[in-house]
Amino acid sequence: MSHEHPHQHGHAELSDLEARALAVESLLVEKGLITSDAVDRVVYRFEHDIGPMVGAKVVARAWTDTAFKARLLADGTAAIAELGIDSQDLHLEVVENRPGIHNLVVCTLCSCYPWFLLGLPPVWYKSAPYRSRAVIEPRAVLHEFGVDQPDETQIKVWDSSADLRYMVLPERPAGTEGWPEERLAALVSRDAMIGTAVVAISEAVTP
Amino acid sequence: MSDVDREVADLKGPAAIPRRNGELVFQRPWEGRAFGMAIALRDSHRFGWGAFRDRLEGEIGAAGPQDDGTRYYERWLAAFEHLLIDEGLISLEELEHRADEYRQGVREEVF
Repeated sequence: MSHEHPHQHGHAELSDLEARALAVESLLVEKGLITSDAVDRVVYRFEHDIGPMVGAKVVARAWTDTAFKARLLADGTAAIAELGIDSQDLHLEVVENRPGIHNLVVCTLCSCYPWFLLGLPPVWYKSAPYRSRAVIEPRAVLHEFGVDQPDETQIKVWDSSADLRYMVLPERPAGTEGWPEERLAALVSRDAMIGTAVVAISEAVTP
Repeated sequence: MSDVDREVADLKGPAAIPRRNGELVFQRPWEGRAFGMAIALRDSHRFGWGAFRDRLEGEIGAAGPQDDGTRYYERWLAAFEHLLIDEGLISLEELEHRADEYRQGVREEVF
């Protein structure tokens, strides 16, 4: 969410709280302690990243703890509950990417999504073209997301429902041996957990 | 995702950030500004996150158990103001003077 920089507010009445928040921001900007752009960036970052971060934590745990990974794949709902994540009465199934198999999550009927792990779904996830094409031509859809899988790799498409939600467990990138969980989690994007991206080390440098 | 982002996301109990479907909820634009300012200033290491969190928890605690969370960012803003004053980054006098200017429409720019 962006906004115009300082502009005339007109004659609308300000609430006491609005006035105080404006007073603080204007003073901090004048003193050179913050910029309004920095505030914008923080809000953007949190609006877009906080949800997916929960899922990324789960992925990183699965990468570093094979027993947890086995439990996660056997019963996703119970495994994330171990980490204190409440699936809100929805059933979670985690599908694992591995050599020869790439998973892709869709909801063909509406926009069912594991929001307790990934926040709100991106706009394209709810779009009619994605919902229909992910099933009909998943390879073409993946190509448009910049994911090209070799012909011999099987693409499995998982259709979410009102009470069953899927999350992709992406493949851990090579070159991350010995990394701590937190560092691994920072690599995992929302799209990787939907299946429209793969995890690469270079993702760490782009916010 | 930086350490402070994780700390912010991990605020617990009544101090936890209001969410809906996992996303942040701001009922008014100023709430987003108050949220962003505190984190932006923390990002530039003007204060430690713990100093802010303690004040936030203090404000929420002082509001009492009947507080239903709809005024979360009011507590947040109060905690932030107190921290800024305690750290000497702004003075109470200039804050009140500036807020009055906005209330009275003498100053109108918004961010």
